[in-house]
Amino acid sequence: MPAVQETVDRVKSIGVDQYKYGFETKIEVEKAPKGLDESTVRFISAKKNEPEWMLEWRLEAFRRWKTMQEPLWARVRFNPIDYQDLYYFAAPKNAPGPKSLEEVDPQILETYKKLGISLHEQEILAGVSEENRAYSKVAVDAVFDSVSVVTTFKEELKKAGVLFMSISEAIREHPDLVRKYLGSVVPITDNFFATLNSAVFSDGSFVYVPKGVRCPMELSTYFRINEKQTGQFERTLIIADEGAYVSYLEGCTAPSRDENQLHAAVVELVALDNAEIKYSTVQNWYPGDAKGKGGVYNFVTKRGDCRGNGSKISWTQVETGSAITWKYPSCILRGDNSQGEFYSIAISNGHQQVDSGTKMIHLGKNTSSRIISKGIAAGVSQNTYRGQVSAHRKASNARNFTNCDSLLIGDKCGAHTTPYIEAKNSSAVFEHEATTSKISDEMLFYCRQRGLSAEEAVALVVNGFVKDVLQHLPMEFAVEAQKLIAISLEGSVG
Amino acid sequence: MALLEVKNLQARVEDKEILRGLSLAVNAGEVHAIMGPNGSGKSTLSYVLAGKSDYEVTGGTATLEGEDLLSLEPDERAAKGLFLAFQYPIEIPGVASMTFFRTAVNAVRKKRGDEELSTPDFLRFVREKAKELNIDQDMLKRPVNVGFSGGEKKRNEILQMALLEPKMCVLDETDSGLDIDALKIVAEGVNRLRAKNRGFLVITHYQRLLDHIVPDVVHVMAKGKIVRTGGPELAHELEAKGYAAYDNAA
Repeated sequence: MPAVQETVDRVKSIGVDQYKYGFETKIEVEKAPKGLDESTVRFISAKKNEPEWMLEWRLEAFRRWKTMQEPLWARVRFNPIDYQDLYYFAAPKNAPGPKSLEEVDPQILETYKKLGISLHEQEILAGVSEENRAYSKVAVDAVFDSVSVVTTFKEELKKAGVLFMSISEAIREHPDLVRKYLGSVVPITDNFFATLNSAVFSDGSFVYVPKGVRCPMELSTYFRINEKQTGQFERTLIIADEGAYVSYLEGCTAPSRDENQLHAAVVELVALDNAEIKYSTVQNWYPGDAKGKGGVYNFVTKRGDCRGNGSKISWTQVETGSAITWKYPSCILRGDNSQGEFYSIAISNGHQQVDSGTKMIHLGKNTSSRIISKGIAAGVSQNTYRGQVSAHRKASNARNFTNCDSLLIGDKCGAHTTPYIEAKNSSAVFEHEATTSKISDEMLFYCRQRGLSAEEAVALVVNGFVKDVLQHLPMEFAVEAQKLIAISLEGSVG
Repeated sequence: MALLEVKNLQARVEDKEILRGLSLAVNAGEVHAIMGPNGSGKSTLSYVLAGKSDYEVTGGTATLEGEDLLSLEPDERAAKGLFLAFQYPIEIPGVASMTFFRTAVNAVRKKRGDEELSTPDFLRFVREKAKELNIDQDMLKRPVNVGFSGGEKKRNEILQMALLEPKMCVLDETDSGLDIDALKIVAEGVNRLRAKNRGFLVITHYQRLLDHIVPDVVHVMAKGKIVRTGGPELAHELEAKGYAAYDNAA
């Protein structure tokens, strides 16, 4: 298996405790004044030339937020966040909004290039052979701090009728669609972080796939936090109309910094009758240094609404970064015969804390859901799976299968599983399987007796452990994810 | 110079002395058997030679082709040509046997300065060796040792031995848990690997394995030392008289 070898080579080529994406781009930015009050919300809205209704929506969220408390139920510990000590808006100067590639600041293009994300449509096209072309093309929306700097392949997507743009642009150009769906899955009252996001969200991606259209390429958003003390609050809204299909991937990185950066995103997915949305995440925010200093606080609300009959939403996530991860991509199975899936690999090393899982809310008849979660804890990290599976009293024949495995590396980390299962309909069948295992010294010794180094042995065992989930990622990203996993576990065995 | 030379080897686990001055020398082309009662330190010897970290070497030396083994990492010892067939092979869930073999073979080849095998060459190589050992192709696709029967696990060990082409093979109670048919297959596999430039150390409690893998030298081990050394006939004597005589020998 060459991918394993590649993983191993990659691991060897970098030093311990080295976050590859920790560089900073020096670029002139325009920021909102530090702190958060109504004027900040007005500032953001004005910067984006938003219509009045959008400003009102934000202000309502802001007023609501002031009455709310941070949730405390997750198994994560952190120092209080001073919400007045943050910048809520930072935009590269000379970049008022998404535009053509020629106009984008070359330094930003360089940043994405360093991250391995090509924004040049020509380059992407040149890099692949004729027969693979249709599959390898990926349209990218690049979000730099608070704004989307460019969206590629827009014209080509437009031909297919697919709308793919920054949410700011969508608010201006497709207000009817945005008004209809924004906040319809994650309402502004939902939770502390989602409400904060609703007030101050700066940018993110918008996708609309019309009736019966199969989106001709993978869509992707790449989030980069660059500025100091800057929160990133992106908002993503994806709508698949009747019979439509779309596959979407997000990636995230940030520079290495001593202080903690706040990231509070909201993602809403809406699948109408017989539509399918596949949403994949490779999250690699800066996790903090070996002593637990710095790193991104990742408080994210992701929810998909299987609104239509026969609709399907599938979440796949590979979580390797962030000092704190608080994230539960969920599915509301509203339509009859709808399906929800959640495939997750969550890795914690060093001092990272992960509290992640999913919710499958069965409301319609004959709905089914599937959860495969693989948690890997190393170092002194804590890794919690938290999941809820519920069947409404009218949700006859609801089916769920949950498989939740934890792997421990070393003896100072912790893995925790907290499933909530609630069936109000007697025809529901919910299955839950969970295992906890350890990469034992015996296993490592066995591998090493066969010639594998300690790193090679861990990479091999871990790749075996996460295989069931990796296969749900789009091919190109699966290889990336495999490398990322190995790098994240670097130095986890002595 | 002997292929494997162990001199006055002493080792302990936690505070317990297990090897108390063990010496032996295996020449290339020879098969040595070590027999002894339970608790005499036979398995410890195999782990210490392979470099398991639970054991602390407190004295003595062990060399392979004159090179010090004890200062090397376990994977470096493997690359030098030391192979240990485990008494209880470890299960690795989710990792296909074929993937495991390939990773191991290429890791060892790389450390020995050889080219890695291409996929088709590797597959051909494994299939050929598997056939010789009566190993079903299907087994190669299953995760390493997971759900294998006792016999399958041991055959899998011998297959890995064949693939890694070691100089010195240590077999730790390879006969344990095998019925007579499985024992024969495993023994045939080992016999096929006997070669002029290769040595074997066969650790066993019972003589029956030695009916099929006929040793050149038999050692009796008790209380962490070799207490008697002889030819193949010594194994038969032990089978007839038992180990009682050696319980107080050391």
